[in-house]
Order: sequence, then C-alpha cells, then structure tokens
Amino acid sequence: MKDKENQKSSSSQSIAGKTGRRGMKNEGADRRKYRLLQPPCGLHCIKMNDIGVRIGRETIIEHVNLHIHCGKLTVIIGRNGAGKSTLIKAVLGEIRHSGTVEFRDMRDRSIQDLRIGYVPQQLNIEKNTPTSVYDMFASYISNVPVFLKRSRKLAERIQSALSLFEAQELIDRQLCDLSGGELQRVLLSIACDPVPNLLLLDEPVSGIDRNGMELFYRNINMLKKNYDLAMILVSHDLDYVERYADSVILLDRTVLAEGPPAKVFAGDEFRRVFG
Amino acid sequence: METIYRIMEALLPFEYMRYDFMKNALLAVLLITPLFGLVGTMIVNNRLAFFSDALGHSALTGMAVGVLLGVTDASLAMVLFAVLFALLLNGIRHSGIVASDTVISVFASLSTAAGLVILSRGGSFSRYSALLVGDILSIAPAELFRLLLVLIAALLFWGAAFNRLHAVSLNASLAKSKRIPVALVDNLFVVLIAVIVMLSIRWVGILIINALLILPAASARNLAANMREYHLFSLLFSVFSGILGLLLSYYLNMAAGPMIAVIAALLFFATVLVRPAVKS
Repeated sequence: MKDKENQKSSSSQSIAGKTGRRGMKNEGADRRKYRLLQPPCGLHCIKMNDIGVRIGRETIIEHVNLHIHCGKLTVIIGRNGAGKSTLIKAVLGEIRHSGTVEFRDMRDRSIQDLRIGYVPQQLNIEKNTPTSVYDMFASYISNVPVFLKRSRKLAERIQSALSLFEAQELIDRQLCDLSGGELQRVLLSIACDPVPNLLLLDEPVSGIDRNGMELFYRNINMLKKNYDLAMILVSHDLDYVERYADSVILLDRTVLAEGPPAKVFAGDEFRRVFG
Repeated sequence: METIYRIMEALLPFEYMRYDFMKNALLAVLLITPLFGLVGTMIVNNRLAFFSDALGHSALTGMAVGVLLGVTDASLAMVLFAVLFALLLNGIRHSGIVASDTVISVFASLSTAAGLVILSRGGSFSRYSALLVGDILSIAPAELFRLLLVLIAALLFWGAAFNRLHAVSLNASLAKSKRIPVALVDNLFVVLIAVIVMLSIRWVGILIINALLILPAASARNLAANMREYHLFSLLFSVFSGILGLLLSYYLNMAAGPMIAVIAALLFFATVLVRPAVKS
C-alpha cells in the first residue's frame, strides 16, 4: 500500500517535472494556454482599504485594512463568527461592503483588473448528483454544454490542470463520491485555471485526514513557488499555520494583530482570543 | 398541420390515430416530455422541486387574475403572473431571511387559496377543475405551436447557458469568482420554469405537473455518472412515460396526465432497484 502511494506521488512529480521542462522550452505557448509557471515577481500587491460589512444593524467586520503581496501566503485566523468567511465573501464581491480592494503593479503603479480564484469550503451537491469532475471543470472553462459531447482536447487540458495537484486520476469520478481531500485538490485545480492574481481558500481543511492536510499544504507551497499569485487562507489548524504561513492575520471583527506567525502567536491579542 | 397529420397516420396505422384529438395529444406529449426531461435535470440539481410545485399552484391565481381583468387569453395572464411570482420567490429564497422551504410553502398556499377564492365566486369552480387534472386531449394546433416555441427557447437557453447554470448550481461563490452573472443566470432559469409550467399546466394538470418534471430526472440520477448520461436518461424516461401513458390512457379510458405520472413513478422505482448493479 505504502509502495503504491510512493509510486503514485513519484509519478505525479514526474508529470509536474515534465510540465516544468516543457514550460521552460516553450514558455510562450504554454503560458498563453494555461499561464503556467510564472514564478512570483513580488511586485504585485493587493490592498484592502477599510473593508466593512453590515448585515441589517449588525456589524460583521469593520475597518479591515490589509496589504498582500504575490508569492506570499497570508492566513486569517480567529474564533468562530469572527467574520473570516464574511471577509472572503466581501473580497469576492458576493456581499455588499464598504471600502475598496485594489490591485496594483508596483513597477508602474498601475491599477489592474484583479482576477480572483476561490476554493470554497464545500459544494452544494447531494448524494447521487451525476456531475463528474470533468463536467464541473469544463463548466468553467468551456462554452460547449457539458451535457453534449465530451471533448477529448478539453479532457486533456483538464487532466493536465488536475495533474499539478495530484488529482489527474479523478477526472471521471463523480463529485459526490470524492473524499474531502480529493475534492479539495479538484477545487484547487479549478481555482487555478486560469491562474488568478489572488487565491482565496475558505477553511479548506475541514473533513480531511492528516495525509490530505500534508498534501494540501505541499500543494500550497508548490503554488507559492511557481505561480505569480497571492494567497489568503482561512484556517483553524494553528500547527500548519505556524509552519507554512508567511503572514498571519488575527481577525475578530477587525484586525487585532498581524505579522509573521511567531510574532502574532506570541502576542497578547492571540492569547486573549485562543486562551 | 394537415401534412403532419398525414405523416402520423402513415407512420402509425393504428385505430387511435383516426382521431385528430389523439394526433394532437401525441404531438403535445412529444413536445412537453422532452421539455420536462431537460429542465427537470437542473430543477432536481438545484433542489427546486418544491419551488416548481409552488409555481404550478400559482396557476390558479394567474387564472383568477386573468378572469378578474377580463383577459380573453388566460395563458398570457397565467404566464405573466407566474414569471413575477417566480422572480419574487427567488429573491426571497436568496435573501436568506426565512428558511426557503417555509417561504415557498407560504406562497404556494397563498396563491392556491387566493386563486380558489376568486375562481369559486358564484359557486362555479367546477368550470376550472380541468386545471387541476389537466386534459391533454383538448389541446389545439395553435397551442401546440406555442409549446414548440417554448421547446425551442428552452433548447437555446440550454445550449447557450447550461455550463453557467451548472456552475451556479454547484457553488454560487465559486461561480461568482469565475465572473459568471450568478443572479441573472438563476433568474432566467426560474423564468423559464415558470413559462414552461404555465403553458403546459392546462394539459397536464396542477396536481401532477411536478411529478412529470421531477420523476424522469430523479430516475436518471439513479443510473447516470455524468451530465451526458443524466440528460440522455432523463429525456428517454420522460418521452417513454409520456407516449406509453397516453396510449394506455386511451385503451383503458383513463385520464392521460395521471397515467403518465404513474408510469414515470414506476420507472423511478425500477431504477432504484437496478441502481446497485449499475453503480458497481
């Protein structure tokens, strides 16, 4: 069993390696196709200015100011109901909020169109739903209705996108039969095709076992190194946060503390929230 | 129309084909059942079964409003009312103020009751009782033409927007992040359901229209592993129950709509039984 696992991971590594080499040789074409492998330049920044959300008379979050750079993993932590998911939804533009989100290229200080990738906590599907991974993926990247013909070209493209996250063998599985970790990898692949400027991951680690978590954070690391994007992750697992985050934001209606994990974890605010 | 009749007679040299009403009914079935099989897939995926049922009930109010305003074409009043009703219900459903099944139930009861109150003025509701059970044998060529238009509209919508509709049904936030106009797609879909339900309700009946919308898709889910199979099975089950139900109702002298629903339900149980074999 263990051997098989090893074999699997080494084979997918070689796939990633191949794409890497091809990426270098024929970079222009590949980038046009998938915008693959463009290491972070560190020169894009996303600024959130005074974000606030009120629902009815209740203030969910207020005065949230954040500054995020490409190539960095920013993790939002906080107790339940602190407004973490609300902040994500505000950035997505799904709920009305005050304040602004701007995306700048530091080289010429121009404001650019921010493309957001989103990995949701879960999908709205019931048991038995006849949606395969192919169907789901194709729905976002193709206009040819997925209830008609299955296109081989599209399937190849999807397979190659999935293979970056070790999910290529899932392409014909039904979404409702996937484990938490498998679904997570599929959702990551979808969020990263086309490669976004900002990747939002909403508590993606619930319902996943230890191995799944390791793989998830390995994937995050891989993204950080090879892609020109910034990441915001909402997480509960402080062990992993300490190991992988570049910057931590402690949220409770507003930003209580921010900085490198070690600094935030040692602060008074952290102790007050997590006791 | 005459040409179509003659082709049908030539293709189906059976006794029942002698009657024009049977020819019309068969054509109606061939238009309505693919339509229902198609949109039923996403009604079930989006958990709109209860919603489409409520829409069916709003036909009573739509009819009543038409009668009050003295509109000669009741269908038009019904469609307009149902479209408004669907958009309103959808708005409330997404506002998250009240649990959505509660909202839908409140509106379904209200529209049924309001319709019944108005239509029973002077103790004459029996005139409208055909609306409850439906009468596919009374359909006329002009109405068939309307159904054909709806079928074409539905096919165009499915062809142009299915992937977006599918994406929205999986996760609205994710669809939003992919720049899909979530609210627009969702509203267009419920408007389509409203138009389909209203233009077929007189032939199928309020009491069973939802069975015909839901059952073929529900059966297809038991067997399908992807969207292509889902649509194929749903269409096949829908058309099959429609044709068989119509013929059986002719020979057994029973109401056609309910007969179709019974067959669709039997098919559903059959798929439940064979499901373990198919899935393994």
